[in-house]
Amino acid sequence: MTQASESSAIAAGAKVVLDIANVSKKFGGVTAVDGVSVRVPTGRILSVIGPNGAGKTSLLNMISGFYKPDTGYIHLNGRDITSKKPNQIAAMGIARTFQNIALFSGLTVLDNLMLGRHVRMKAGVFASALYWGWAQKEEIAHRERCEEIIEFLKLQDLRKQQTAALAYGLRKRVELGRALALEPEVLLLDEPMGGMNQEEKEEMARYILDVNQERGITVVLIEHDMGVVMDISDEVVVLDRGRRIGGGTPEEVQRDPQVIQAYLGVAKGGDAA
Amino acid sequence: MDFAFLLIGNGILIGLMYSLIALGFVLVYKATDAINFAQGEFVMLAALISGSVIVGAGLPFWVAVIVALAAMIAFSFALERVVLRPLLGRPIVAVIMATIGLAAILRGLGPFIFGSGTRSITLPVGDEPIEFGPFILQPVQLVGALVSLLFLGAFSWFFLKSRMGVAMRAVADNQQVASAMGINVERYFALAWAMAGIVAALGGIVWGSMLGVDVQVALVGLKVFPVVILGGLDSIPGAVVGGLIVGIVENLAAGYLDPVVGGGTKDFAPYVLMILALMFRPYGMFGKRKIERV
Repeated sequence: MTQASESSAIAAGAKVVLDIANVSKKFGGVTAVDGVSVRVPTGRILSVIGPNGAGKTSLLNMISGFYKPDTGYIHLNGRDITSKKPNQIAAMGIARTFQNIALFSGLTVLDNLMLGRHVRMKAGVFASALYWGWAQKEEIAHRERCEEIIEFLKLQDLRKQQTAALAYGLRKRVELGRALALEPEVLLLDEPMGGMNQEEKEEMARYILDVNQERGITVVLIEHDMGVVMDISDEVVVLDRGRRIGGGTPEEVQRDPQVIQAYLGVAKGGDAA
Repeated sequence: MDFAFLLIGNGILIGLMYSLIALGFVLVYKATDAINFAQGEFVMLAALISGSVIVGAGLPFWVAVIVALAAMIAFSFALERVVLRPLLGRPIVAVIMATIGLAAILRGLGPFIFGSGTRSITLPVGDEPIEFGPFILQPVQLVGALVSLLFLGAFSWFFLKSRMGVAMRAVADNQQVASAMGINVERYFALAWAMAGIVAALGGIVWGSMLGVDVQVALVGLKVFPVVILGGLDSIPGAVVGGLIVGIVENLAAGYLDPVVGGGTKDFAPYVLMILALMFRPYGMFGKRKIERV
């Protein structure tokens, strides 16, 4: 096994924000993730690729606390988050989007974003329920942060629209906005470009790069479109049947014979959901 | 014609009082997907509590209101924590059976703890009927309807405008995603049950003062089912409209059909509507239409 062990970014001395060590997850008799280790360098874009069923989403679900790993641990800035609940992990600074768009459909774009601010809101039950005094001030401050994100993602005209009525690509963008509203340190994106056309993909890729470079948010990306992945990633980790079979810079990964073999006969198209 | 107005006016007031009880059911279903078959027994419990505060302990009416509210909130919190939370993630039938069991236990324990006699509690309003245009309204029902409207409005506002209400809608929409947004889903479940407790406390007082306080109060809970099926299980406006329909239909049946057939239609007419609704509009008039792909 050529466990393309330490990635170049980490070898070059970047700090590790998310340290995933030897995590496994079994569902019944099926091993979805099998002893995978990934060290996510601070402030970079790391992509996780692999054929369908490779365990990518399961890995993401373990990071965000939906699944508890059977083995191994996950550290965020040195703090163990392995057994934390999803809402605690979100509050600690890990936001995510979902493979199938998971917006709150009865709510407006702005309400969806404001929900992202939920973890940052401090006013108590009664103050907020009654919308008094500094709860109101706080509300306005949060609203401003959301407006800023709305502007960043060019959603100004859609603020008051119900998300269910929006076009597919826009909903994906709103979901990104909602995750950004948490002001996360790490952003997990599960196929942010799945089902998009080329133009929408390029647009989304630009937003992801901006999020990373302008806001300094570390991005962990799952994506099927190899062109996009190789373009925007600082580092790529390859999974196959639950195991890590390679990793490194995009160039290194593209040359890795094991990776090429795993992908033989597997459609590269982004629509393969 | 005067008779029709009388029946309809009365039906509207009674209907709003049904809506109040249905609201407790809707709040819990909306937030937690649980179906509470013990809603009527919640109302009964609140009525028994206020009955023993007023009649048993001889304390003033407002004390009874506070005690009933506090007791019902505490009861619902405890119930959520002890019985329902362990059932999270289990098939919905587990929760249904648990609440049916709970209903039986409450009906049994109620007289055991609070005594079995019927007590009467009176709202601090007169009992002279109020004439209002063609309507003749009973003060007790009028107060009951006004309290219902007030709380239906307050809860609608809560869900539409308040930050916690919006978060609760998010929880109702998708628990997993809500938790990924940092929302503590369990806390909102507890809050939904506490709100059902508040509604039951108010319902217990208004229905208790109208019917007299004993175990029979729990029977109003049965009317909740046609109300929420007609209006939609997860809709507050649906609870209002469903309540109004059930109240009016029930009264018209009592006024026009019962004398002809000899009685009884009042009690089943709402259920005929409910079955029709299930056949033709299963998600209710205002309910969220769930699309399921096979």
